[in-house]
Amino acid sequence: MASLKELRNRIASVKATQKITKAMQMVAAAKLKRAQEAAEAARPYAERMGTVLANIAGAVSGTDAPPLMAGTGKDDTHLLVVATAERGLCGGFNSQIAKKAREHIRTLLRDGKTVKVLCVGKKGYDILRRDHGDLIIDRVDLREVKKIGFENAHEIARQVIGLFEKGEFDICTLFYSEFQSVMSQVPTALQIIPAAVPADGAGEGSDAVYEYEPDAPSILADLIPRNISVQIFRALLENAAGEMGAKMTAMDSATRNAGEMIDKLSITYNRQRQAQITKELIEIISGAEAL
Amino acid sequence: MAEAFKFDLVSPERLLVSQDVESVVIPGTEGELTVMATHAPTMTSIKPGVVTVSADGKTERYVVFGGFADILPDSCTVLAESAVHVDDINREDLARRIQDAREDIEDARDHETRMRAEEFLHQLTTLEGAILPA
Repeated sequence: MASLKELRNRIASVKATQKITKAMQMVAAAKLKRAQEAAEAARPYAERMGTVLANIAGAVSGTDAPPLMAGTGKDDTHLLVVATAERGLCGGFNSQIAKKAREHIRTLLRDGKTVKVLCVGKKGYDILRRDHGDLIIDRVDLREVKKIGFENAHEIARQVIGLFEKGEFDICTLFYSEFQSVMSQVPTALQIIPAAVPADGAGEGSDAVYEYEPDAPSILADLIPRNISVQIFRALLENAAGEMGAKMTAMDSATRNAGEMIDKLSITYNRQRQAQITKELIEIISGAEAL
Repeated sequence: MAEAFKFDLVSPERLLVSQDVESVVIPGTEGELTVMATHAPTMTSIKPGVVTVSADGKTERYVVFGGFADILPDSCTVLAESAVHVDDINREDLARRIQDAREDIEDARDHETRMRAEEFLHQLTTLEGAILPA
């Protein structure tokens, strides 16, 4: 049985932890709001990019399509870009993404494909390193980045496209977590190379015959790398919002758990204190009776 | 008064302008073009430069660094890689971009990349000249 002093220390330490988790929850809530705003602000660009891409892809016939869109015609080597958070303490957020990626890696390896992994974010790297450390070709560190800008996404896209041009892989899949609500983030796999062009968008956009300046293939060749940057950018923003949502939920339950623990410890503490007082009283009384 | 049409200027980070305007000057790669209502459908890529938006007798200028314009008879969308209002332009940022472009030229291995990098640098310096005195 712990002594009263030990119990007191224990309660004090749980209270201190509760304060920290409470503060983290509030910080996450504030950051979540900002991350959500950023994700929303980025949406118009991505949507219009989709429309423009669908329009122009309809104009360029299959044989003229640049390799980034048409693919290499093989699917032997896969590149997995796994985007996770930089920090932990956000429930199952990172491990869910990593799990999804790991399942994908297993399936590909079983089918005899070559797999390469590019980790964005420290946590995914830490998790994947254990099982598939030899597959990881590089990692992108965004720890120093306070607010994710398009530049960061562009940098990653450039690296991916550089690898593609060197013939390092045939198919590139992006893993991230789609933000649905504060409570739920869905790990998602999205194929970015070869680019999947929304086929239905071509008809609705406009039937007008476009004039292209310069010509359509060269615009397309310029547009597709940019579209990859946009996809990565969107994934990073969704991740940022999802991380904060998950952290908020995790910290909320941590705060609640700490509260329960304090209650339990307080009851034990009070019971013991009373027991001790009673014991002292009995000692005094029986001492007096003996006289 | 010219007929109005819908104009959107979006960068990956946010939507800068979405309003009805009378005319827009866009720095296309093949030369500047002024877009007014009922323009022929055109798709053009953009070089670094200034987008001038005229609406209600007022003109606003935005600096863009590359991107695309999607022009339709009743609307015009500029997808800029990065766009800022000309008053908010950060000179250090511009200087940094020019520096980067210079380094790109030095790093260029084949003739074609070098040509492209040099052109880009030229566009940037022209842009710097156009906005700095303002």
